[in-house]
Amino acid sequence: MSTLTLSAADAAPEKVDKAAPAATPATPATHTPPAAPAPRSRGFSLQWLRTLIAAVSGIGALVAVWWMVADTVDSFPGPIPTWHAAVELFADPFYNNGPNDMGIGWNVLYSLERVGIGFGLAALVGIPAGFLVGRFGFMRSASEPVISLLRPVSPLAWLPIGLLVFRDANLAAIWVIFICSIWPMIINTAAGVRAVPQDYLNVARVLALSEWKIVTRILFPAVLPHILTGVRLAVGTAWLVIVAAEMLTGGIGIGFWVWDEWNNLSVEHILVAILVIGVVGLALEYALLWLAKRFSYGGTV
Amino acid sequence: MNAPIVKVERVGMRFDTNKGPFVALRDIDLEIARGEFVSLIGHSGCGKSTLLNLIAGLTLPTEGVCLCNGREIGGPGPERAVVFQNHSLLPWMTCFENVYLAVERVFGGTESKAQLKARTRAALEMVHMDHALQKYPNEISGGMKQRVGIARAFAMEPQILLMDEPFGALDALTRASLQDELMGVMAKTGATVVMVTHDVDEAVLLSNRVVMMTNGPAATIGEILEVKLDTPRERLKLAHDPAFAEYRAAVMEFLYQKQMKKAA
Repeated sequence: MSTLTLSAADAAPEKVDKAAPAATPATPATHTPPAAPAPRSRGFSLQWLRTLIAAVSGIGALVAVWWMVADTVDSFPGPIPTWHAAVELFADPFYNNGPNDMGIGWNVLYSLERVGIGFGLAALVGIPAGFLVGRFGFMRSASEPVISLLRPVSPLAWLPIGLLVFRDANLAAIWVIFICSIWPMIINTAAGVRAVPQDYLNVARVLALSEWKIVTRILFPAVLPHILTGVRLAVGTAWLVIVAAEMLTGGIGIGFWVWDEWNNLSVEHILVAILVIGVVGLALEYALLWLAKRFSYGGTV
Repeated sequence: MNAPIVKVERVGMRFDTNKGPFVALRDIDLEIARGEFVSLIGHSGCGKSTLLNLIAGLTLPTEGVCLCNGREIGGPGPERAVVFQNHSLLPWMTCFENVYLAVERVFGGTESKAQLKARTRAALEMVHMDHALQKYPNEISGGMKQRVGIARAFAMEPQILLMDEPFGALDALTRASLQDELMGVMAKTGATVVMVTHDVDEAVLLSNRVVMMTNGPAATIGEILEVKLDTPRERLKLAHDPAFAEYRAAVMEFLYQKQMKKAA
């Protein structure tokens, strides 16, 4: 066994070493292009086409079901009246006739603002808290019962507390968003900190890096993918919750807008709002997925 | 020889496990002189990595003391650089940045940015990795990663270099070329090295002394073999050198006769 090792090494100690780095970039560049692209791109476009057809038929099925329900249930608008209502709404999404009558665009933006503020505050508190919980066993043991107790509570249950403390419907809605966003952020950040490989921490210890450098150069980059998962979950929940919260608090926002349109009995508008809420949620999800991919080291490219 | 740089005195290491205390090492006494290359060899589970971690300060002994320059080792430090078995490069940094992190930590207080960058580049040139300065660790091969790991350790100009099976995860050819590389670097720098290995050839080829450890649990130093081969060693010449063969035989005899591991 050991003789083998030595004699094999005898054969090419220097050559292997020097030739390898030079040869690797050159070989694929000259050999692969003519052969590879044609079948690969055809396979790709076929797959893409299949996905597209599947997606279109899924949406088609949804519209068909909608049509049938609209046909049987009185006063439930079908796709065509809803389409007309949507065209009308989106012709001027940003009109402003005073605080009780604003375009759907404004309503969405107001909701997004509440989500942004509530979620932003939750990130400011939750991410550092997650670092502490993940890094120190005492903090973990201290926070675990509190988090397990409070996390399953519906965020809306916190709304009265917010109204009581802040005496302001808008702040109360932001408070609800804060509460529902903070748990996934603490939990994912803490899990990320605990999952940092011991090897990286050993590097930090051997270099005797300062605590600041450990956090900025090693912990933060290592935990970032986990943080972004937490952010994505938090934003998703926040967008779910804001609609419900606004129905209760009133004011300008897509949630209250839905409720208002129900009071006006304009069901077409409610259906448009449901689509808008869905599209915005989807956009948030994809934006954060893109961000997560952008910041995940290794694996990608 | 001159005063030893590292002294291990009556060191024992006990781990508290779920099944009760586990004695990994006992009664270890070892002195390492400046400029010496010492290999720790033994069967797996004999605590050779534990001993290295004790010298590194990554773990502290439960008995006895480890001294570096006459002072007790109370934790890890950049004067005792470690080359980890799995290279441990930070994947979000380029090769250059990985080495620079270490250089900046050690020399950042006294040198300009340009000097730090020059040091980083020189270290990577020394292991022939200057073609991949801006590559990320996941874009280069295992052997190249280990080179960068070695460059990072050498760039710190440590008083002693600790290597934990640095070439263990590499194929035989890559391992040989990295061993040659290491011999070249050592000839240039005169570094003091402690290396954990399970490769007999590697131990004899690189070392001034081979420390052979008995089987665990409660492992200790069994024998110490002094390798008196001339120092710029050449792999090809040594292959036919009877002295080399004898040293190898001595280590193998220890490992496979005196410390034969019972089949699991």
